[in-house]
Amino acid sequence: MVIKEILMAVGIPLLAFSIGIVLMMFKRKIIARIQRRYGPNFVQPLIDIFKLLSKKGNITHGVMYDLGPIIALAASIVVVFFIPIPGMKLMTGSADIIALLYIMVIGSLAMALGAGESANPNSSIGIARALTLMLGYDLPFVIVIITLVLKYHTTNLYVITQMQASSGWAMWFLPLSAIAGIIVTYGALGEHPFDVAVAPHEVATGPMAEYGGKHLGLLMINHAFHIYIELALFVDLFMGGASNIFYFFAKMFVIFVLLIFFDEVLPRFRVDDAVRFYWRWPTILALLGLIIVLVK
Amino acid sequence: MDKMTEEQYRAISNMLRKRSLWMLHYCTGCGAMELPPTMTSRYDMERFGIVPYVTPRQADILLVTGYVNIKTLRRIVTVYEQMLDPKYVIGFGSCPINGGVYWDSYSVIKRLDKYIPVDLYIAGCMPRPEAIITAFRYLMDLIDKGKADGYKRYKENLEFYKANQRKVLG
Repeated sequence: MVIKEILMAVGIPLLAFSIGIVLMMFKRKIIARIQRRYGPNFVQPLIDIFKLLSKKGNITHGVMYDLGPIIALAASIVVVFFIPIPGMKLMTGSADIIALLYIMVIGSLAMALGAGESANPNSSIGIARALTLMLGYDLPFVIVIITLVLKYHTTNLYVITQMQASSGWAMWFLPLSAIAGIIVTYGALGEHPFDVAVAPHEVATGPMAEYGGKHLGLLMINHAFHIYIELALFVDLFMGGASNIFYFFAKMFVIFVLLIFFDEVLPRFRVDDAVRFYWRWPTILALLGLIIVLVK
Repeated sequence: MDKMTEEQYRAISNMLRKRSLWMLHYCTGCGAMELPPTMTSRYDMERFGIVPYVTPRQADILLVTGYVNIKTLRRIVTVYEQMLDPKYVIGFGSCPINGGVYWDSYSVIKRLDKYIPVDLYIAGCMPRPEAIITAFRYLMDLIDKGKADGYKRYKENLEFYKANQRKVLG
């Protein structure tokens, strides 16, 4: 019994990381093909992570600078345990969806503290942009979560997923909320047009400007987790989870490819425009979805 | 046995490291013009895992594209010292080799190699994207054999480089 729990504690983050990294591999290859290039090696993100972790030189700007990526990674691993994956019942209790809303913020805040200590103006601007954008997409996200909680009369993410598996995906019953949810997912992943925080041409990759070597390697691993978390949450909330891990991956892959297509053709918002966009269209859609659930 | 595994680790890490080189191009002169076609669809250097990055902390290669005058040299030395080991420098075009068309200018340094260690030069004015890609392949070979050791030379001969830098920068 204990052995099984230890295996799960090691295996589930590993699974999440491998799904995230495979999606990153597909992303670089698909983007290259959209631009009519051959593109990099398929395993290029893994090689990049190895290279970054094996860098010999290292710098530090202080304790928080070192701890920032570690706390962000730890927070991501904790979040992974809250998201139900097919065939396994993880850390699910009542109201875990509300706990998720809080834990998912920790990573961004840790990055803000860590990058803030490096005292690079680009980092500071990047952090300000990232937190402002978070303020933008959290409002429709919370409304979407409230809509789902009201519809299924539970705050347990696992139960929501199970009820969708028996009665049909929430995507078909609540299309407006689903559209709002997918826009929020795009923003949370920081792809175009919402990559205001890591805009390389404006603020030199923002919070990462002063990070290099092993720190940046940890941040890349964290990014793989981040991709998994956002997509898995969307699949669990709106697409009814999945019966096994391959369907789960397939659903995430479809959403991610859709994201890449938008990512490749759209330019970048200014940060105030991004917040204005979030507080207008996704919020209106989410509120309409909420009204539909309340009226029914 | 222990030495054996260390050798193997070094061989494997060099083999992987050469497939992932992040490039910082310090665009001082006209050489930067040849880089966009190298990066984009026509010549596509991402095939070899070479990607342009924006800050010195993240980069592995410093590409000095064009002539270096004395004011710029100060920044180049700063940027070079901010990069993390292992780091490589490529002198791009004929200007970092011998001054190029600025051979008799009072404000341009003639040999970049005297101030920071250069692993590889690309001759030509301008080198075409094919030449740049060939140079990257050659640098990858050097890294694989462990011969691209400019960052070690900089540490060993720090006095020499610093003396040369002081001579022009004051």
